[in-house]
Amino acid sequence: MTPNRPKIAVITFLGSLDDHDAAWALAAVDVEPQLVWHAETELPKDTAAVVLPGGFSYGDYLRGGAIARFAPIMESVTEFAAKGGLVLGICNGFQILCEAGLLPGVLIRNASLSFVCRDTTLRVERTDTPFTSRCEQGQRLSIPIKHGYGNFTGSDELLAELEKKNQIVLRYHGDNPNGSALNIAGVVNELGNVMGMMPHPEHAVDRLLGSADGALILASLADAAREQSAALV
Amino acid sequence: MLQGPGENAGVVDIGEGDAVAFKVESHNHPSAVEPFEGAATGVGGILRDIYAMGARPIALLDGLYFGEDDIQFERAVAGIGTYGNCVGVPNVGGATFFDSRYAGNCLVNAMCVGILPREQLTSARASGVGSVVMFGATTGRDGIGGASVLASQELGEDDADKRPSVQVGDPFTGKKLIEVSVELIESNLVESLQDCGAAGLASALSEMAASFGLDIHLDRVPLRQDDLEPWEIMVSESQERMVAAVTPSLVPAVKDVCARWELPCTEIGTVTDSGVLRCFWHGDVIGDIPARFLTEDAPRYQLELAARPKQDPPPTPVAPPFRQALLELLASDNIRDRAWVFERYDYIVGSRTVRRPGLDAGVLRLRPSLRGLALSLDGNGRIAWLDPRIGGAHAVLEAARNVACSGGEPLAITNCLNFGNPEKPEMAWELSEAIEGMAQACEALGIPVVSGNVSLYNETDGQPIYPTPVVGCVGLVPDVREIGGAWRDGDVVLLAGESRLSIAGSEYQALYDKVCGAPAEFDLEAEAALIRFLWKNNRLFSIAHDVAEGGLAVCLAECAIFSGIGAHLDLPADPVQLFGECGGLAVVACAREQVSQLETAGVPLREIGSAGGDSLNGMPLSQLTRCWQAKSTSTKDS
Repeated sequence: MTPNRPKIAVITFLGSLDDHDAAWALAAVDVEPQLVWHAETELPKDTAAVVLPGGFSYGDYLRGGAIARFAPIMESVTEFAAKGGLVLGICNGFQILCEAGLLPGVLIRNASLSFVCRDTTLRVERTDTPFTSRCEQGQRLSIPIKHGYGNFTGSDELLAELEKKNQIVLRYHGDNPNGSALNIAGVVNELGNVMGMMPHPEHAVDRLLGSADGALILASLADAAREQSAALV
Repeated sequence: MLQGPGENAGVVDIGEGDAVAFKVESHNHPSAVEPFEGAATGVGGILRDIYAMGARPIALLDGLYFGEDDIQFERAVAGIGTYGNCVGVPNVGGATFFDSRYAGNCLVNAMCVGILPREQLTSARASGVGSVVMFGATTGRDGIGGASVLASQELGEDDADKRPSVQVGDPFTGKKLIEVSVELIESNLVESLQDCGAAGLASALSEMAASFGLDIHLDRVPLRQDDLEPWEIMVSESQERMVAAVTPSLVPAVKDVCARWELPCTEIGTVTDSGVLRCFWHGDVIGDIPARFLTEDAPRYQLELAARPKQDPPPTPVAPPFRQALLELLASDNIRDRAWVFERYDYIVGSRTVRRPGLDAGVLRLRPSLRGLALSLDGNGRIAWLDPRIGGAHAVLEAARNVACSGGEPLAITNCLNFGNPEKPEMAWELSEAIEGMAQACEALGIPVVSGNVSLYNETDGQPIYPTPVVGCVGLVPDVREIGGAWRDGDVVLLAGESRLSIAGSEYQALYDKVCGAPAEFDLEAEAALIRFLWKNNRLFSIAHDVAEGGLAVCLAECAIFSGIGAHLDLPADPVQLFGECGGLAVVACAREQVSQLETAGVPLREIGSAGGDSLNGMPLSQLTRCWQAKSTSTKDS
């Protein structure tokens, strides 16, 4: 294997929509993306990071992510995360991570009660994570959202704990498009190796398509994955 | 052109081995009875038409015509969003038009565009003896008689009873169906592919049988309720179902693909060379008919036409002064910002959307190439009502102008003809005239009509809608990096085209008077020249925007709003010149030193001022923007 092009697995659940976009965007930041079918039971050998992409897995018919978390591959993803493996959940992927208990909190219906697709401005709260190392503290990123259930919330105790333990990595700056608590757009687990975010960095890697700010998130992940790969060698 | 009318969709060659398949279709009556599911299944249906051709759907557009302040509009938008967002096909544009003439009978037209390698083009018609396989959802009693009970009758007071005739969409299955269909075609596993749309299997199978024949065992069709009669199975419009003709040795491979995507797949019959479509029920023949009787040899009838007399030129409305009229028009239903609609749709999935919905046409990049497609959908029923021939031509020209303003060379159009009851001679005349107008405009532009759909009987309690020809245009953009979208400080603002305008049928007239009078006649040669000028010179423009609803004044205000920069312009005083519509005019801007590089090829080009500052002739940009966005707050889902 080449440590310079780390392998990142992108999981395709039934109903995933942004899996190919995520793979394309990762390739643009010099990663070797590997689409992995939900029914697999093992992540490919040499997987340096996992991305759970956006979409409507199982149509979101029960609740976003509620069925996908039971997909056979998720056991392997959970194990991977428990060993400190890097996992990024985007939009529906974030919902799946919350449903699977890999991230705290829940994502409820947008305060507007409507699906919304638009550019948002994010503020980077932490740069010491594997997902934001290429960003600057307080940097503003323009990254689009597209979701109906992106309103992150939790009990008062949980929200206080997230603040205290510094788990909030990205916040909406200015306009909060879904009414999320504490303007949360992205959080990490306590260990800092699993992140969920509602905005779509894979849809912001090319200025022709609107913005290239999302590439900072994916390139940060690529850097961290490269280090992981090097450590494995 | 690779495929013209007669198949599920038209297909055009775009060079470099690629082709584009596209079609627009109506789902008006189901949407009038149950707007959410009606609109959702409209999207599902047009998607199936595109992948039945072997194409991967990459864009949706929709034409929505509703009464003012109609709560049903929200439901239709939610339905389109629910389906389109869930299957991962971006919604990149369309037309939204409000008028009381659509209050009892809304129009929901959905257009889909797909791309395919040209050798992958697939037909609905069987090409030889083999197996018939059905895959996708199970068959139920939903939508029985959808096409006949709903779509082919006028609506009236007892329509609540017709609700069971509206199909129910399942976008999750729809997404799986897209992937299975594309995979089957890419793996060369099917001979032909056909979607089950209006009239269900009956219609799908008769088109598939064509010059061969089919033996179908209706008892093998997987059902979602077990007491269905054979005839019900034959005409059920349950959604998300496809049929394919498959070489018998490949049936197991087809079943494997379906199993991977967790979709039922059943062999329901065989393609024969008998020329007869035969239906079996537990081994007994329960119906047979020569296949051709259902397609080519179906009975035709002649319509009786009755022309309406030509109208006089319209009077000039008594209206407020220019500034007030402009602000009121910007805030009016048919002109104001559409963000509150398109933000309900995912317009970025697929990573191709270079120009998002809002200005003229959506533009998609054909990754990895830098070429792109410009897509538009347009049609103005008011103008078509005043003169259906002009309305037909207008829809074609407007759609093509929007594509050209976005840097695309118009390649072909698709159309949806939304009309009243054609058994009434006046309605039949409207239909005939509109088709003639469209044909003339297409001939002048030198582009074909590759697909289409009609929706007739759009009347409620005897009151017809405006005759509404809706046209979708697809254009090829040579380099998506070159399309503009905002004029820059100091740019020269130019007016291109000959100004033949009229107040008749305009937003200005609708706002300040009653809709009346004869709309401006087109000079089709000049229109074609303008459209050529717009796409050929597009790389030099910082913005190009055609004069449409609201006339020149609104066009310029929109340019300033989109650009975030004002302008100082020399404007005419005559309201007809400021607010008139219909004639081919466009505003373009470019750097001063580039003006001489523009190849006008005889198109009149007049400098009217320059961009800069934060006002439009003294009207603050912030005020214009505020009016335009005034009512654009997000509204609730249910």
